[in-house]
Amino acid sequence: MKRDYSLDIHHLTRVEGHANIQITVRDGKLVDARWAIVETPRFFEVMLKGMSAERVPFLTSRICGICSISHSLASIRAVERAMDIVPPVVAEKTRLLAMHGETLQSHALHLFFLIAPDFAGTSSVLPLIQSHPDLVRAGLQLKELGNEISTVTTGRCTHPVSLVVGGLSKAPDKERLLHLRAMIQERKPALETTCSFFHTLTIPAFSRETEFISLSNGSTYPAIGGRLVSSDGVNREENDYLLMTNEYTQEFSTSKFTRLSRESSAAGALARFNNNYHLLHPKARECAESFGLQPVCHNPFMNNIAQLVECVHILEDAEELINSLLESDLAEIKTPYTPKSGKATGAVEAPRGVLYHHIEIDDKGKVTKADCIIPTTQNNGNIHNDLRALVEQSRREGKNDGEITKLCEMVVRSYDPCISCSVH
Amino acid sequence: MNHLGFEMEKVKIGSFDFTCCEGCQLQLANKESTLPDFLALLDIRNFREISSERLDDYVIALVEGSITRPDEIERIKAIRAQAKVLVAFGTCACFGGVNNLKNRIPQEEAIREVYDGKAVETMPSMKISDIVQVDYSIPGCPVSKDEVERIMVGIVTRSQVSLPTYPVCVDCKQQLNTCLFDLGEICLGPITRAGCNAVCTTGKTACLGCRGPAEELNMPAFLELIKKKGLSLDDLHEKLTFYNAFEPLATDET
Repeated sequence: MKRDYSLDIHHLTRVEGHANIQITVRDGKLVDARWAIVETPRFFEVMLKGMSAERVPFLTSRICGICSISHSLASIRAVERAMDIVPPVVAEKTRLLAMHGETLQSHALHLFFLIAPDFAGTSSVLPLIQSHPDLVRAGLQLKELGNEISTVTTGRCTHPVSLVVGGLSKAPDKERLLHLRAMIQERKPALETTCSFFHTLTIPAFSRETEFISLSNGSTYPAIGGRLVSSDGVNREENDYLLMTNEYTQEFSTSKFTRLSRESSAAGALARFNNNYHLLHPKARECAESFGLQPVCHNPFMNNIAQLVECVHILEDAEELINSLLESDLAEIKTPYTPKSGKATGAVEAPRGVLYHHIEIDDKGKVTKADCIIPTTQNNGNIHNDLRALVEQSRREGKNDGEITKLCEMVVRSYDPCISCSVH
Repeated sequence: MNHLGFEMEKVKIGSFDFTCCEGCQLQLANKESTLPDFLALLDIRNFREISSERLDDYVIALVEGSITRPDEIERIKAIRAQAKVLVAFGTCACFGGVNNLKNRIPQEEAIREVYDGKAVETMPSMKISDIVQVDYSIPGCPVSKDEVERIMVGIVTRSQVSLPTYPVCVDCKQQLNTCLFDLGEICLGPITRAGCNAVCTTGKTACLGCRGPAEELNMPAFLELIKKKGLSLDDLHEKLTFYNAFEPLATDET
């Protein structure tokens, strides 16, 4: 085996944001393996100070271009809980449908644009338009469906318009909901095509035991609010988010790190899957079985398959939500409120994992303190530790430098890091 | 690429992001039904978010985000030196966007507040044209893919490209929306540049002016309307400063 190896990837491609991978092996010993986020920090917590509570979701949605609906809803939930506002049921269902749209869009973007090229051996999805036209068409159909769900429910697919404190500013249009239901039916084959493609791939064999953190409500697959749970048995109330995260900084990264019972933990599709498997739609569980994916799975590369399983769940659940909305009177969409002081945490399952917004408001309805903890921040420690374990395992297996480099890039991408989010 | 029977050269393009949410670049991959045709116009040479290809022979540079760190100044200057056409892409690039809200307090204080003593480099947020010359601006938070398609086709076919000069109100009226002023809310639609198809006001939320001032703009009449209706000047100020797109109007008038 070669005694020295070093890897320095400056601005890893096909991830959202700027980060570097640096690995050094000297005299056969791993001296350093780090995941260094160098993205410019953004200071949203400072921007939020003094802002009217009602405007908060319009600002926090700008933290992320991919999961703006999750940020908007985490803030809305925090503000509503702080001011004791209970949104109408129709608004809650519409919000959940909006989350489904965003997660579908985000997972499709990740599976097709960001990771499929790794398996196909191309630099981007663009050559696949020629070589795998059916697969690319399926990917675009699913991504478009996700965007359309978000547009019908929130007015726009990036940076939602009609998600507001108290409920919705505008109800979804029933004609468009009908159209959406037909579109879901029509696009289920695209998901089958995707599953068939992923069945042909060899997912790298790598496993490192870790702690999985997600929301859990005991009755439905988690999305908006609930208990904060971990696969190591932690179970806490939503406002106790600080005890779940224990944020700390590292000098080489502009993004923070978190930990709970171990030195690092994981959030995201695989964490939700591991902690809430029995609440998935039966068709989604069937899909998981076809890939040999069972809880608790400790292979980070299987996060991609967990995302695919969630897409199956989303299409089934979205159909049910649309049916329920079509049968509802969509007149009552917003609970009136008068701003008052209070503080609370809003937690949602963003595509990449648990997202916490904590907001404190004064009696004039202005924000006095804000804190946002992002899924990628919660995965930084795990990415870091996986890189180390993966390099050591690969060297034991006698893999060459090129193979190790590719695996390192792939394991980082498997977490679907959202770096500009993580330096909010 | 064949256009009206003529064989045309694909345009070499690079897409770059600075301090931002990357939502505008994401729009390039949206509107999936026309995406293959849109991509057929372009030869993507450098676009870190979706491709490992990193070539520096692009002719057009799309630049998203604002500038908030010294290394970003060096990077934007290098992009400017390479690109024949530099496009400020989205509200952060055009005006500074929400990033400029952090400029309200000293940067040392902002760092202390968020990073609790850890040394982090940042500086007050600046729009792209504060540092280098910008050839075209496509505002929007996020940009509208329809408008991006129209402008890119214009650039590729070397035809005149322009943004609407009239305010959002015109588009909003065409959609037969109830005016938000009639519902008791301040909306920046009367003073903001159109081109977004009035997407926010159609969703019954106030326009916050992400596209910046309209060219045919009647600010005195707008302020008169707010006074006449007895609406909150605090609320007006919060809206005018949200995207930093109305400087110096926001500080002069409110």
